Amino acid sequence: MTNPQSQGQLSANGELVHLLTLEGLPREIIVRILDTAQSFLGVTEREVKKVPLLRGMSVFNVFFENSTRTRTTFEIAAKRLSADVINLNVSTSSTTKGETLLDTVDNLAAMHADMFVVRHSQSGAAHMIARHVGPERHVINAGDGRHAHPTQGLLDAYTIRHYKKDFSGLTVAIVGDILHSRVARSLIHVLNILGTPEVRVIAPQTLLPAGVESLGVRVFPDMRKGLAGADVVVMLRLQNERMRGALLPSAQEFFKYYGLTPEKLALAKPDAIVMHPGPMNRGIEIDSAVADGPHSVILPQVTFGIAVRMAVMSILGGA
Amino acid sequence: MQLPDAEALCAELVKKLRPVVTPATGMVGIHTGGAWLAERLHRELGLAIPLGRLDISFYRDDYRKSGLHKSVKASQIPFDVADRRLLLVDDVLYTGRTIRAAMNELFDYGRPESIALVALIDRGERQLPICPQYCGATLAVAKGKMLRLDRNDAGKLSLRLDDD
Amino acid sequence: MTRVHIKGGRLVDPKHGVDRPADLYIAEGRVAGIASAPRGFEADRVVDATGLVVAPGLVDLSARLREPGLEYKATLESEMVAAVAGGVTSLACPPDTDPPLDEPGLVEMLTRRASSLNLARVYPVGALTAKLEGERLTEMAELRDHGCIAFSQAEVPLADTQILWRALQYAATFGLAVWLRPQDPHLAKGGVAHDGEVATRLGLPGIPAFAETIALGAILQLVRVTGTRVHLCRLSARESVEMIRAAKRDALPVTCDVSAHHLHLSELDLGYFDSHCHVVPPFRSQRDREALSAGLADGTIDAVCSDHTPVDDDAKQLPFGESEPGTTGLELLLPLTLKWSREARLPLVQALARATSEPARILGIDAGHLGVGAPADICIFDPETYFTVAPSGLRSQGKNTPFLGYELPGVVRWTLVAGEVRFERG
Repeated sequence: MTNPQSQGQLSANGELVHLLTLEGLPREIIVRILDTAQSFLGVTEREVKKVPLLRGMSVFNVFFENSTRTRTTFEIAAKRLSADVINLNVSTSSTTKGETLLDTVDNLAAMHADMFVVRHSQSGAAHMIARHVGPERHVINAGDGRHAHPTQGLLDAYTIRHYKKDFSGLTVAIVGDILHSRVARSLIHVLNILGTPEVRVIAPQTLLPAGVESLGVRVFPDMRKGLAGADVVVMLRLQNERMRGALLPSAQEFFKYYGLTPEKLALAKPDAIVMHPGPMNRGIEIDSAVADGPHSVILPQVTFGIAVRMAVMSILGGA
Repeated sequence: MQLPDAEALCAELVKKLRPVVTPATGMVGIHTGGAWLAERLHRELGLAIPLGRLDISFYRDDYRKSGLHKSVKASQIPFDVADRRLLLVDDVLYTGRTIRAAMNELFDYGRPESIALVALIDRGERQLPICPQYCGATLAVAKGKMLRLDRNDAGKLSLRLDDD
Repeated sequence: MTRVHIKGGRLVDPKHGVDRPADLYIAEGRVAGIASAPRGFEADRVVDATGLVVAPGLVDLSARLREPGLEYKATLESEMVAAVAGGVTSLACPPDTDPPLDEPGLVEMLTRRASSLNLARVYPVGALTAKLEGERLTEMAELRDHGCIAFSQAEVPLADTQILWRALQYAATFGLAVWLRPQDPHLAKGGVAHDGEVATRLGLPGIPAFAETIALGAILQLVRVTGTRVHLCRLSARESVEMIRAAKRDALPVTCDVSAHHLHLSELDLGYFDSHCHVVPPFRSQRDREALSAGLADGTIDAVCSDHTPVDDDAKQLPFGESEPGTTGLELLLPLTLKWSREARLPLVQALARATSEPARILGIDAGHLGVGAPADICIFDPETYFTVAPSGLRSQGKNTPFLGYELPGVVRWTLVAGEVRFERG
């Protein structure tokens, strides 16, 4: 019996066939992905940094929204699994010629793609594509509008688990533009599924979506109060457009009240870790001293990200 | 069906291996039963080089059919494989596919000088040209049954017969 | 002209408070007799309405026919066939055609083409401003003379409140009605869904409820000053209903409607980005939906309409925010009204008023009732039989509806316009 919550990610017998969002995923599946990722970390230390798991399979990176960083990590992950990787920057090709989104996807499917990694500027794009290509071809959402970035949420969870081991006593603070952030939404979902008792969002009102508490968070407009006793601090990237949309007056004022400095970080627990999905805006949301400091785990996040994406692809590829 | 005493077979293997191991010998056990057996052999033989453990989930040949194995453990080879003589240890040798996967994985770590296979039980019915250099016992097992190695809390090894 | 005897049916005529078994006799395109035949009446055709409801043809305050200009989405032919298949005999169409209905020539062309099809009666709503651009007024008096029954901006926002004020003053001068969908364009900018928990979860830009109520407040204030007859279209928020209630208490000349789909669906029905639920105004919270239903039941909301908007598949098969909003509805107006009446526990005769006599009153036409002498626009339907909504069962070219797969009550068997059968279910 298909769980309506699974919204097409899970097959009739509960197997993961697409990764579209972390919302509604059973805890066991998330834990399995994290455990599998752990096994992949050792692979990078070997002479041959590949395993033959996806040999003969084609992974198509279909990016309707540009992102060299994310695309590269998916490409590395797929190649480490011995898959063939094709990169399609669709923003410069067919759709601008008037081809519909689904026509583009159909054409790619006809080229025997086994897996699609999709990034799009509109929320719901990955769901639409997954509904269209069906469970035989697997879709990984690499970010859709403001909605979800599930592999980022997973690698964030992996990072927290690596340093803090157990979620059951943690206070996690997420700081910045929650309103526009798919990273924040995915992280909030995974933290709740893994049983984190206190998830905080710290932002001015203009950057908080309506009814955000219903996602399972506590709102702190005051960063000092929000950081008090936090075990994990996750800084979100602030985009320049926000200043133009009358959401914020200036980067300077934002940094003063919502930027992470060593002085504000001192309010968190002494062994708190600092995370950031990247790329960082030094001096806008995070001070260099913190980004390069002993609490920062921003670089390990990248390594974990490759292992987590390898885990997701290897679980989907066998489904 | 009367199953052989795993402890006794283990002791037999130790006797067979003692004259051939050197301070440079590398031993690798295949999860899960092979790793248990290798831990015991490694200790009894007093091997100098630390024990390696392999999880072959990423090298299996049935991925497309059955998907990724449900619980995957990390492989750890805490020594340099290159130019080393290796002992590859598994509990039950059957079709030979596990050993094929393990050898492929080992070669991704480096090029060993040689690999010798140590198996507690050889149940026959090979599907690939693989044979053990050191074997505790051969045993015919009925179709539809799986022979497994168990280890209790005290570390005692025993054999178990399950339905497939 | 045919003489028709509709026999054995249950006559439901909300305007006259009638709900009883009664035969109907049609002659010269009008109701000639009720219950007993007029003297010397000989029927050319007998319609057996046993077990069926005989009601006035539905009057739909908003149905997009997509002509002129948008024929790839639908044509007058297909949509008029859909109308009578849905038991709709009179409908008002919004001015947002291509080009918009801002010139007498266009309006005449539309009405002439519509009446040549001899199906439902079409009442065009003219553009309030030229090209709907919100800058210059249209020649409202001239357009009225060519058939426009009211003036509106359709979905195009009119942000300049001074121009809105002038437009209302001008319309009041000639006693013309202005139809407005209250929405502050600045507050709604970029939004595609109700600004609430579902949009937050789905990461969709939101349109807050106060985008509607703030605009509604401004409009009501202007009505107080100008005295213009204003009809508010497609209410969606709980507070809007309360504001209308207060305005009516103060005897302001306002009426309002709600779309049939807003009576049944809320933001929760978006599921995971179902673009069939992308509509304007958006589906709001459960509380809003309940308030709309209660408002329609107690008469604060005068009428229910279909807001029929055929959208081609290509325009719906896009990520939610990029998809074109709108839902097809002419053939679902009756079933959705029936479903609503049962949930609201309202007697059929009261519920049907919202889709017959009340919208006719708002349009100012002699329709939506079956008194002796009334135009014989009649909808004969089976209130008990359910059907499953499927694209193959819809005659409209728009198959876009969030109700696909739903089981709805109310199957239309015959529709008569001016005493002639214009639809008969095979």
